[in-house]
Amino acid sequence: MPSAEVRLAAEDGRAMRPAAPVDSPFAVQETTVSYGGKPVVFNVDFVAPPNSMVAIVGPNGAGKSSLLKAALGIVPSVSGRVTVFGEPLAKARRRIAYVPQRASVDWDFPTRVIDVVLMGMYRELGLLKLVRRAHREHATACLARVGMADFADRQIGQLSGGQQQRVFLARALAQGADLYLLDEPFAGVDAATEKAIIDVLKSLKAERKTVIAVHHDLATVADYFDHVLLVNVRKIADGPVATTFTGENLQATYGGRLATAHIDQLKLASA
Amino acid sequence: MNAFVQLDLTPLLIGVLAAIACALPGNFLLLRRQALIGDAISHVVLPGIVVAFLVTGTITTWPMMLGAGGAAIVAVVLIEAVRRLGRIEPGAAMGVVFTAMFAAGVLLLEQTDTSGVHIDVEHALYGSLESLIWLSADGWGSLLDPVALAGLPPELPRMAAAAALIALLTGVFWRPLKLSTFDEGFAATLGLPVAAISLGLVVAAAVAAVAAFDAVGSIIVIAMFICPPAAARLMTNRLERQVAWSVAFATLSAVLGYVLAGWGPLWLGGTHAVSAAGMIATVSGVILALACLLGPHRARVGAAREA
Repeated sequence: MPSAEVRLAAEDGRAMRPAAPVDSPFAVQETTVSYGGKPVVFNVDFVAPPNSMVAIVGPNGAGKSSLLKAALGIVPSVSGRVTVFGEPLAKARRRIAYVPQRASVDWDFPTRVIDVVLMGMYRELGLLKLVRRAHREHATACLARVGMADFADRQIGQLSGGQQQRVFLARALAQGADLYLLDEPFAGVDAATEKAIIDVLKSLKAERKTVIAVHHDLATVADYFDHVLLVNVRKIADGPVATTFTGENLQATYGGRLATAHIDQLKLASA
Repeated sequence: MNAFVQLDLTPLLIGVLAAIACALPGNFLLLRRQALIGDAISHVVLPGIVVAFLVTGTITTWPMMLGAGGAAIVAVVLIEAVRRLGRIEPGAAMGVVFTAMFAAGVLLLEQTDTSGVHIDVEHALYGSLESLIWLSADGWGSLLDPVALAGLPPELPRMAAAAALIALLTGVFWRPLKLSTFDEGFAATLGLPVAAISLGLVVAAAVAAVAAFDAVGSIIVIAMFICPPAAARLMTNRLERQVAWSVAFATLSAVLGYVLAGWGPLWLGGTHAVSAAGMIATVSGVILALACLLGPHRARVGAAREA
């Protein structure tokens, strides 16, 4: 016997809105993003399992970053609902840490590495609270976790791309969140940085945190992540890497843009 | 010395306060690549002020502020309209709108009788810093004399209030300003109202521009939004120090510019002083040039980046 709401919805002929999943650290429902004209994200539903490491995978321009930014309220979404640990976004912001794309900021900005990490503690510091030794030590500890403690007093523009990416990760760590959202954390970084970053992300998982990253390197999806969300404007598939990261799904995601030979080299789930 | 208090102290103070009030928001506009906005604001306030004068017949603070604010809103709408309808980039739309509005303000000025008050094209450009004298003063003691203080040119308390307000806002909202200037997306995820911060910065710049416009004209306003912060950026790699340097450079420009304008030509054997506003802007430009040549961080940090 359907509930009253379900019957009403059915009679109206409108789409059913499933209840927000209470136990998921991150869920988006019916999310559509458009920058005027064609939508770049269309009607995506996704529920991240607790304590998972999720890769958001898709071709360039598939709306991976836009989905993340819309979910965080950085860009407006046409429609959609975001639930973080069962609460609406506005109530759950302190449980979220975010690592934007490295290229999204001006690294010539006059500030030091340690100051960037302290930005992650804005909620704690507020408008006027003085930065005390405890704050500084926490920020330094976060830098140490990404192997950047020796660079605390450097101007951020003096760092290599990989070092800059690690500083961004340290800032996210300083936020002390339960959910980590990262936009292309491995884009254009050196091998040592990639290793340092994935080690930190795996340690976060070990601490029962949830990590969701926009990821572009198909070759490392299976090594780094346990869940995958395949998108190309619409959601193509989502689920455990072991069952979802298949050649068939990748073909559907990338269309003709992915050579079959390339797919054959990937560590894929046995379809 | 009495002559200094009577003739030079107030113009000097107004010049310094105007320079600081513009340089403070200028630091953030520059880092946000919005330096042109300061330029635009200082131009579009002219028609607003002229219209406000035509409507009210006075040049008191509030009608001018409202007129300038109205003009700023019209400008923003026009820029957006030109950008969308003309399908051109925002910088070009801004350039078209603010020059057109400034020109309209000049025409409006010429067609109307504003001879009763000192509001004319020349005044709009250079201001009238030298005329803001303190006639009721007869020495340093006048600073403690309520009667003499009542005779202060009204531009001084107005400019002082604007500068104090902007300094206070910059101090209180330092962290959100810095955060959203560096990384607006990240600031938004913290729940900071990034659109309001951005608007607030432009409004603060407009307050500085309108307050300074009346006293010192648009030349100083444009120069002070850009030159001291740009020179300061070349002196340090930390925002806190950059802002301090910009205040120092703004003060230096105002004092040195005023002194050079008043006495420089005489030292060179000339007979007439030159425009203080023009000289202040020139000095700020020279400071920027020197910072470009000699500033410790002029090589920009990108050069040190690893491959």
